[in-house]
Amino acid sequence: MSKVDAIEVEGVVLEKLPNAMFRVQLENGHVVLGHISGKIRMGYIKILPGDTVKIELSPYDLTKGRIVWRNK
Amino acid sequence: MPITRKSQKEIELMREAGRILAIVHNELAKEVKPGITTKRIDEIGETMIRDFGCEPSFLNYCGYPGSICVSINDEVVHGIPNEKHIVRDGDIVSLDAGVIYQGYHSDAARTIMVGNVSEEARKLVEVTRQSFFEGIKYAKPGYHIIDIGRAVQEYVEKHGFSVVRDLTGHGIGKKLHEKPNVPNFADRHKGPRLKPGMTIAVEPMVNAGEYDVEWMDDDWTVVTYDGSLSAHYENTILITEGEPVILSQADGIPL
Repeated sequence: MSKVDAIEVEGVVLEKLPNAMFRVQLENGHVVLGHISGKIRMGYIKILPGDTVKIELSPYDLTKGRIVWRNK
Repeated sequence: MPITRKSQKEIELMREAGRILAIVHNELAKEVKPGITTKRIDEIGETMIRDFGCEPSFLNYCGYPGSICVSINDEVVHGIPNEKHIVRDGDIVSLDAGVIYQGYHSDAARTIMVGNVSEEARKLVEVTRQSFFEGIKYAKPGYHIIDIGRAVQEYVEKHGFSVVRDLTGHGIGKKLHEKPNVPNFADRHKGPRLKPGMTIAVEPMVNAGEYDVEWMDDDWTVVTYDGSLSAHYENTILITEGEPVILSQADGIPL
Protein backbone atom coordinates (compact mmCIF):
# COMPACT_ATOMS: atom_id res chain seq x y z
CA MET A 1 0.00 0.00 0.00
CA SER A 2 1.55 3.30 -1.09
CA LYS A 3 2.36 5.89 1.50
CA VAL A 4 0.79 9.34 1.13
CA ASP A 5 3.36 12.13 1.06
CA ALA A 6 1.46 15.17 2.32
CA ILE A 7 2.07 18.09 4.64
CA GLU A 8 -0.67 18.87 7.17
CA VAL A 9 -0.91 22.52 8.20
CA GLU A 10 -3.44 24.75 9.92
CA GLY A 11 -5.14 27.71 8.35
CA VAL A 12 -8.08 30.07 8.64
CA VAL A 13 -10.90 30.01 6.12
CA LEU A 14 -11.16 33.35 4.30
CA GLU A 15 -14.11 32.66 2.02
CA LYS A 16 -16.31 29.96 0.62
CA LEU A 17 -16.23 29.48 -3.17
CA PRO A 18 -18.58 27.45 -5.39
CA ASN A 19 -18.24 23.64 -5.50
CA ALA A 20 -17.27 23.20 -1.85
CA MET A 21 -13.99 25.04 -2.36
CA PHE A 22 -12.52 27.49 0.13
CA ARG A 23 -9.75 30.04 0.22
CA VAL A 24 -7.63 29.31 3.29
CA GLN A 25 -4.87 31.44 4.76
CA LEU A 26 -2.01 29.52 6.34
CA GLU A 27 0.05 30.58 9.35
CA ASN A 28 2.86 31.65 7.01
CA GLY A 29 0.52 34.04 5.22
CA HIS A 30 0.13 32.00 2.02
CA VAL A 31 -3.38 31.66 0.67
CA VAL A 32 -4.29 28.27 -0.76
CA LEU A 33 -7.30 26.73 -2.43
CA GLY A 34 -8.84 23.95 -0.37
CA HIS A 35 -11.58 21.46 -1.12
CA ILE A 36 -13.28 19.40 1.53
CA SER A 37 -12.41 15.79 2.04
CA GLY A 38 -15.05 13.09 1.85
CA LYS A 39 -15.05 12.64 5.62
CA ILE A 40 -16.03 16.24 6.19
CA ARG A 41 -18.63 16.15 3.44
CA MET A 42 -20.16 12.90 4.77
CA GLY A 43 -20.14 14.28 8.31
CA TYR A 44 -22.18 17.27 7.06
CA ILE A 45 -19.76 19.52 8.85
CA LYS A 46 -20.31 23.10 7.78
CA ILE A 47 -17.21 25.16 7.16
CA LEU A 48 -17.53 28.93 7.46
CA PRO A 49 -15.20 31.89 6.99
CA GLY A 50 -13.28 32.40 10.21
CA ASP A 51 -13.06 28.67 10.99
CA THR A 52 -9.65 27.21 11.71
CA VAL A 53 -9.07 24.07 9.69
CA LYS A 54 -6.39 21.45 9.12
CA ILE A 55 -5.45 21.19 5.47
CA GLU A 56 -3.29 18.61 3.72
CA LEU A 57 -1.02 20.02 1.03
CA SER A 58 0.87 18.13 -1.62
CA PRO A 59 4.56 18.99 -1.33
CA TYR A 60 4.58 19.23 -5.14
CA ASP A 61 1.77 21.79 -5.39
CA LEU A 62 1.60 23.98 -2.32
CA THR A 63 -1.23 26.12 -3.72
CA LYS A 64 -3.99 23.60 -3.13
CA GLY A 65 -5.02 21.02 -0.59
CA ARG A 66 -7.71 18.95 1.12
CA ILE A 67 -9.43 20.19 4.23
CA VAL A 68 -9.43 17.22 6.59
CA TRP A 69 -10.55 18.73 9.90
CA ARG A 70 -12.43 21.69 11.25
CA ASN A 71 -11.28 22.78 14.69
CA LYS A 72 -14.00 23.11 17.31
CA MET B 1 12.13 5.37 15.16
CA PRO B 2 15.32 5.00 13.12
CA ILE B 3 15.47 2.83 10.01
CA THR B 4 15.77 -0.78 11.14
CA ARG B 5 18.10 -3.32 9.62
CA LYS B 6 16.60 -6.77 9.86
CA SER B 7 18.28 -9.80 11.45
CA GLN B 8 18.68 -13.07 9.60
CA LYS B 9 15.67 -14.51 11.44
CA GLU B 10 13.53 -11.50 10.55
CA ILE B 11 14.59 -11.72 6.93
CA GLU B 12 13.54 -15.37 6.80
CA LEU B 13 10.09 -14.48 8.11
CA MET B 14 9.78 -11.67 5.54
CA ARG B 15 10.95 -14.05 2.85
CA GLU B 16 8.15 -16.46 3.76
CA ALA B 17 5.60 -13.62 3.94
CA GLY B 18 6.76 -12.55 0.48
CA ARG B 19 6.57 -16.05 -0.94
CA ILE B 20 2.98 -16.40 0.25
CA LEU B 21 2.08 -12.97 -1.12
CA ALA B 22 3.52 -13.82 -4.54
CA ILE B 23 1.41 -16.98 -4.68
CA VAL B 24 -1.71 -15.05 -3.63
CA HIS B 25 -1.10 -12.45 -6.35
CA ASN B 26 -0.56 -15.14 -8.96
CA GLU B 27 -3.78 -16.98 -8.06
CA LEU B 28 -5.82 -13.82 -7.62
CA ALA B 29 -4.80 -12.52 -11.06
CA LYS B 30 -6.48 -15.55 -12.63
CA GLU B 31 -9.80 -14.39 -11.15
CA VAL B 32 -9.63 -10.95 -12.75
CA LYS B 33 -11.92 -11.41 -15.75
CA PRO B 34 -14.76 -9.42 -17.30
CA GLY B 35 -17.85 -9.53 -15.09
CA ILE B 36 -16.20 -9.95 -11.69
CA THR B 37 -16.79 -7.21 -9.13
CA THR B 38 -13.93 -5.60 -7.23
CA LYS B 39 -15.67 -6.68 -4.01
CA ARG B 40 -15.49 -10.32 -5.11
CA ILE B 41 -11.79 -9.96 -5.92
CA ASP B 42 -11.27 -8.64 -2.39
CA GLU B 43 -13.23 -11.53 -0.85
CA ILE B 44 -11.25 -14.13 -2.77
CA GLY B 45 -7.99 -12.41 -1.89
CA GLU B 46 -8.77 -12.20 1.82
CA THR B 47 -9.74 -15.88 1.91
CA MET B 48 -6.51 -16.89 0.17
CA ILE B 49 -4.39 -14.85 2.58
CA ARG B 50 -6.10 -16.37 5.62
CA ASP B 51 -5.87 -19.88 4.17
CA PHE B 52 -2.09 -19.43 4.22
CA GLY B 53 -2.26 -18.61 7.92
CA CYS B 54 -1.57 -14.91 7.38
CA GLU B 55 -3.42 -11.73 8.24
CA PRO B 56 -4.30 -9.29 5.47
CA SER B 57 -2.32 -6.20 6.47
CA PHE B 58 -4.55 -3.66 4.72
CA LEU B 59 -7.77 -4.61 6.51
CA ASN B 60 -8.57 -1.76 8.93
CA TYR B 61 -5.18 -0.18 8.32
CA CYS B 62 -5.94 3.49 9.05
CA GLY B 63 -9.56 2.48 8.50
CA TYR B 64 -9.16 0.89 5.05
CA PRO B 65 -12.24 -1.31 4.58
CA GLY B 66 -10.71 -4.14 2.52
CA SER B 67 -7.83 -6.57 2.19
CA ILE B 68 -6.96 -5.83 -1.42
CA CYS B 69 -6.79 -2.46 -3.20
CA VAL B 70 -8.36 -2.81 -6.65
CA SER B 71 -7.73 0.18 -8.92
CA ILE B 72 -9.06 0.24 -12.47
CA ASN B 73 -7.91 2.43 -15.39
CA ASP B 74 -7.69 6.05 -14.20
CA GLU B 75 -7.70 4.91 -10.57
CA VAL B 76 -4.11 5.03 -9.40
CA VAL B 77 -4.14 3.20 -6.05
CA HIS B 78 -6.27 2.40 -3.02
CA GLY B 79 -9.46 1.59 -4.92
CA ILE B 80 -11.96 0.34 -2.31
CA PRO B 81 -13.61 -2.99 -3.24
CA ASN B 82 -17.17 -2.32 -4.32
CA GLU B 83 -19.98 -4.62 -5.49
CA LYS B 84 -21.01 -2.09 -8.13
CA HIS B 85 -17.55 -1.83 -9.71
CA ILE B 86 -17.35 -4.48 -12.44
CA VAL B 87 -14.24 -5.42 -14.41
CA ARG B 88 -14.63 -5.12 -18.20
CA ASP B 89 -12.73 -6.23 -21.27
CA GLY B 90 -9.97 -3.72 -22.03
CA ASP B 91 -9.50 -2.61 -18.41
CA ILE B 92 -6.17 -2.44 -16.68
CA VAL B 93 -6.66 -3.56 -13.08
CA SER B 94 -4.04 -2.94 -10.37
CA LEU B 95 -4.13 -5.24 -7.38
CA ASP B 96 -2.22 -4.21 -4.28
CA ALA B 97 -2.06 -6.56 -1.30
CA GLY B 98 -0.15 -7.08 1.91
CA VAL B 99 0.22 -9.97 4.32
CA ILE B 100 1.48 -10.37 7.87
CA TYR B 101 3.23 -13.66 8.59
CA GLN B 102 4.26 -14.25 12.23
CA GLY B 103 4.42 -10.53 12.83
CA TYR B 104 6.29 -9.59 9.63
CA HIS B 105 4.95 -7.82 6.54
CA SER B 106 5.20 -8.13 2.82
CA ASP B 107 3.61 -5.73 0.30
CA ALA B 108 3.32 -6.15 -3.46
CA ALA B 109 1.24 -4.94 -6.41
CA ARG B 110 0.61 -6.09 -9.96
CA THR B 111 -1.34 -4.52 -12.83
CA ILE B 112 -3.37 -6.99 -14.88
CA MET B 113 -4.48 -6.43 -18.48
CA VAL B 114 -8.00 -7.75 -19.03
CA GLY B 115 -8.78 -9.07 -22.52
CA ASN B 116 -8.16 -6.64 -25.37
CA VAL B 117 -6.35 -3.67 -23.90
CA SER B 118 -5.20 -0.74 -26.02
CA GLU B 119 -1.64 -0.51 -27.26
CA GLU B 120 -1.03 2.48 -25.03
CA ALA B 121 -2.36 0.65 -21.96
CA ARG B 122 -0.13 -2.32 -22.69
CA LYS B 123 2.90 -0.06 -23.04
CA LEU B 124 2.00 1.74 -19.78
CA VAL B 125 1.74 -1.51 -17.82
CA GLU B 126 5.00 -2.87 -19.20
CA VAL B 127 6.94 0.37 -18.68
CA THR B 128 5.63 0.58 -15.10
CA ARG B 129 6.80 -2.93 -14.36
CA GLN B 130 10.18 -2.43 -15.98
CA SER B 131 10.70 0.88 -14.16
CA PHE B 132 10.77 -1.08 -10.89
CA PHE B 133 13.68 -3.17 -12.20
CA GLU B 134 15.45 -0.04 -13.45
CA GLY B 135 15.05 1.47 -9.98
CA ILE B 136 16.39 -1.47 -8.02
CA LYS B 137 19.62 -1.45 -10.03
CA TYR B 138 20.52 1.25 -7.52
CA ALA B 139 19.14 -0.57 -4.45
CA LYS B 140 22.61 -1.26 -3.08
CA PRO B 141 24.96 0.02 -0.39
CA GLY B 142 26.72 3.12 -1.56
CA TYR B 143 23.58 4.63 -3.09
CA HIS B 144 20.88 6.77 -1.52
CA ILE B 145 17.09 6.50 -1.68
CA ILE B 146 17.04 9.22 -4.35
CA ASP B 147 19.04 7.05 -6.75
CA ILE B 148 16.25 4.47 -6.92
CA GLY B 149 13.60 7.11 -7.63
CA ARG B 150 15.73 8.94 -10.17
CA ALA B 151 16.21 5.76 -12.17
CA VAL B 152 12.47 4.98 -12.09
CA GLN B 153 11.63 8.53 -13.18
CA GLU B 154 14.14 8.67 -16.03
CA TYR B 155 12.93 5.39 -17.46
CA VAL B 156 9.25 6.32 -17.18
CA GLU B 157 9.69 9.81 -18.67
CA LYS B 158 11.78 8.47 -21.52
CA HIS B 159 8.64 6.59 -22.59
CA GLY B 160 6.45 9.67 -22.41
CA PHE B 161 4.67 8.80 -19.15
CA SER B 162 4.82 10.50 -15.75
CA VAL B 163 5.58 9.39 -12.20
CA VAL B 164 3.07 10.12 -9.42
CA ARG B 165 4.53 12.46 -6.79
CA ASP B 166 1.97 12.43 -3.98
CA LEU B 167 2.45 8.79 -3.01
CA THR B 168 5.64 6.86 -2.39
CA GLY B 169 7.11 3.51 -1.51
CA HIS B 170 8.25 2.89 2.06
CA GLY B 171 10.28 0.92 4.53
CA ILE B 172 8.54 -2.24 5.74
CA GLY B 173 9.06 -4.94 8.37
CA LYS B 174 7.20 -5.23 11.65
CA LYS B 175 4.92 -2.50 10.35
CA LEU B 176 3.42 -1.95 6.92
CA HIS B 177 4.84 1.56 6.64
CA GLU B 178 8.25 2.23 8.18
CA LYS B 179 10.89 4.84 7.48
CA PRO B 180 12.14 5.81 4.97
CA ASN B 181 9.77 7.11 2.27
CA VAL B 182 10.84 5.80 -1.12
CA PRO B 183 9.75 8.31 -3.80
CA ASN B 184 9.63 7.15 -7.41
CA PHE B 185 11.36 10.30 -8.63
CA ALA B 186 14.40 12.42 -7.74
CA ASP B 187 12.97 14.14 -4.66
CA ARG B 188 14.27 17.32 -3.02
CA HIS B 189 16.45 15.35 -0.56
CA LYS B 190 18.71 12.44 -1.33
CA GLY B 191 17.35 10.47 1.62
CA PRO B 192 19.17 7.89 3.74
CA ARG B 193 22.10 5.86 2.50
CA LEU B 194 21.14 2.29 1.63
CA LYS B 195 22.56 -0.35 3.96
CA PRO B 196 22.43 -4.16 4.07
CA GLY B 197 19.47 -5.41 6.11
CA MET B 198 17.13 -2.60 5.11
CA THR B 199 13.81 -3.81 3.74
CA ILE B 200 11.78 -1.48 1.53
CA ALA B 201 8.78 -1.57 -0.78
CA VAL B 202 9.57 0.02 -4.13
CA GLU B 203 6.34 0.81 -5.97
CA PRO B 204 6.28 2.92 -9.12
CA MET B 205 2.86 4.46 -9.85
CA VAL B 206 2.84 5.71 -13.42
CA ASN B 207 0.28 7.85 -15.28
CA ALA B 208 -0.13 7.94 -19.04
CA GLY B 209 -0.78 11.71 -18.82
CA GLU B 210 0.26 14.24 -16.16
CA TYR B 211 1.52 13.25 -12.71
CA ASP B 212 -1.14 15.13 -10.73
CA VAL B 213 -3.63 13.02 -8.78
CA GLU B 214 -6.65 13.72 -6.61
CA TRP B 215 -8.62 11.87 -3.95
CA MET B 216 -12.22 10.75 -4.38
CA ASP B 217 -14.89 11.46 -1.77
CA ASP B 218 -14.37 8.08 -0.12
CA ASP B 219 -11.05 9.59 1.06
CA TRP B 220 -9.13 6.59 -0.24
CA THR B 221 -9.40 6.09 -4.00
CA VAL B 222 -6.70 8.08 -5.78
CA VAL B 223 -7.37 8.99 -9.42
CA THR B 224 -5.37 10.77 -12.12
CA TYR B 225 -6.26 14.45 -12.28
CA ASP B 226 -6.46 14.43 -16.08
CA GLY B 227 -8.36 11.14 -16.32
CA SER B 228 -5.50 9.29 -18.00
CA LEU B 229 -4.69 5.64 -17.29
CA SER B 230 -2.45 4.66 -14.39
CA ALA B 231 -0.50 1.50 -13.58
CA HIS B 232 1.25 0.22 -10.46
CA TYR B 233 3.91 -2.39 -9.80
CA GLU B 234 5.48 -3.16 -6.45
CA ASN B 235 7.75 -5.60 -4.64
CA THR B 236 9.24 -5.78 -1.15
CA ILE B 237 13.02 -6.01 -1.38
CA LEU B 238 16.00 -6.57 0.89
CA ILE B 239 19.18 -4.55 0.54
CA THR B 240 22.26 -6.82 0.77
CA GLU B 241 26.02 -6.32 0.46
CA GLY B 242 25.56 -7.05 -3.24
CA GLU B 243 22.43 -7.24 -5.42
CA PRO B 244 19.03 -6.62 -3.78
CA VAL B 245 16.82 -9.63 -3.13
CA ILE B 246 13.15 -9.47 -4.07
CA LEU B 247 11.32 -10.93 -1.06
CA SER B 248 7.81 -10.88 -2.57
CA GLN B 249 8.46 -13.70 -4.99
CA ALA B 250 7.99 -17.46 -5.18
CA ASP B 251 9.68 -20.21 -7.19
CA GLY B 252 8.03 -20.80 -10.52
CA ILE B 253 6.01 -17.59 -10.47
CA PRO B 254 7.14 -14.90 -12.90
CA LEU B 255 7.70 -11.44 -11.43
